[in-house]
Amino acid sequence: MTLEDRGPGPDAVYREELLAGRFTIQTCADCGLASFPPRVFCRHCGSDALTRVEASGHGVVYSTSAVRNRPDKGGDHNVSLVDLAEGVRMLTRVDGAAPTEVPIGARVKARIVTGDVPHVVFDLVTE
Amino acid sequence: MTHHDLRGASAVVGVGLAGCGEAPGRTAMELIGAAAWNAVTDAGLKMTEIDAVFGVSAVHGMPSVTISEYLGIKPRFSDGSMIGGSSNVAHILQATMAIKAGLCSTALVCYGSNQKSASGRLISSAAEFNPYEQPYKPRFPITAYALAAARHMHQFGTTRQQLAEVAVAARAWANRNPEAYMHGPLSVDDVLNARMVCDPFGLFDCCLVTDGAGALVIVARDRAKDFPKKPVYFLGGGMAHWHRSIMQMPDITVSAASESGPRAFEMAGLEPADIDVLELYDAFTINTILFLEDLGFCPKGEGGRFVEGGRIAPGGSLPVNTNGGGLSCVHPGMYGTFILVEAVRQLRGEAGDRQVENPETALVHGNGGVLSSQVTSIFGTEATL
Repeated sequence: MTLEDRGPGPDAVYREELLAGRFTIQTCADCGLASFPPRVFCRHCGSDALTRVEASGHGVVYSTSAVRNRPDKGGDHNVSLVDLAEGVRMLTRVDGAAPTEVPIGARVKARIVTGDVPHVVFDLVTE
Repeated sequence: MTHHDLRGASAVVGVGLAGCGEAPGRTAMELIGAAAWNAVTDAGLKMTEIDAVFGVSAVHGMPSVTISEYLGIKPRFSDGSMIGGSSNVAHILQATMAIKAGLCSTALVCYGSNQKSASGRLISSAAEFNPYEQPYKPRFPITAYALAAARHMHQFGTTRQQLAEVAVAARAWANRNPEAYMHGPLSVDDVLNARMVCDPFGLFDCCLVTDGAGALVIVARDRAKDFPKKPVYFLGGGMAHWHRSIMQMPDITVSAASESGPRAFEMAGLEPADIDVLELYDAFTINTILFLEDLGFCPKGEGGRFVEGGRIAPGGSLPVNTNGGGLSCVHPGMYGTFILVEAVRQLRGEAGDRQVENPETALVHGNGGVLSSQVTSIFGTEATL
């Protein structure tokens, strides 16, 4: 389906799914590896046998930074890279700690944010 | 010694800069024009003798076409491939190929920007909207490099003090370069105590935003001695890129310089130990550390410890970023041109108070995007041919 050139493509489908409350990731029926952001064929093996599965939402912080801003410009915010259990990495934001205090290696759980551009952020998992 | 067809096939016979620092009232094209005129004059040529143009710009969609028209050149060959700040470093390889193939004889490589005076911000293709990045409000390109630095610190124990050593060394070189934009003392504490921009980077971990343009004239090896200045020969080049978006970089602590470097060394028939002076694209302090590792000057993970104690500063054992770097000399959005010019000046012996003693070889490493495109070029004097 992903290689057809009419109708909603993988990008549009991803956002439609998010708006419906589902965080989905493509996985390849041939090589088993996941792709993110969505593609029209598997970037690992070239197969077009991509299927969409609901992500577990579990991840680990791979790296993190705080973008510094003056309080009158919204203050500091976190930007992190999170490795999902499915094997893909996302740029995202981690909540649950100060923007400067997100630990690399911490376990996180996905949360969908809807809006003009629906997207996924993560919360720190507390024991 | 290897005998790759492109090894020693071309030489830089002219270099020029213009408007470095602040050039209020000037357009990007006027700066490119002035740098090109300076490079062509340095080579003892007339602009009409240029028959190939390799140029990029942050503000022109067809840069080599616009630049050629402005300079009054009707090129036989031109290329404006945009791979970020490393573009002009790649153009040296492409110009050498075109010359070797007989498609042109006298190539101009150039870039310029007036972005400090025009906007005061880094202009780049990072303005492309990416729905998988923009909702998180990264401050690109800074955030991407900050993520690399944070991971390097976590994984290898690299410290902010070690990052600061890179900025301090760059400033010490800049203090010997009258053309550098930043002068004056800079200590590790100054770097650590500066306003934070994007953790773990403070203000001095980040490159300058300046105006400036640069240009180089490239000819075939057999013509290299027909010009007024000492020729600087192209010995090897290599490129590599693995990602455009930082989330797609396989291991954020290993750049594609680990492929471009070996490719360039193989063509040149040289090893890291053979290099006398290094010009590495230091858009951020972590860059210098990553590239020293990925190009083979120290093991992976050891870059932070490697730069301690002033090793890459004036008087240290390995001269790196001798013009003062993107951190303290000049950084008009894309910096590759300026490290090429500095390498040529060092190999000519024209570098004044910052001159490295009798260098025979120089390595230039260009970086583009968010640690994305990596291009390595190695140059040498006639003795290395």
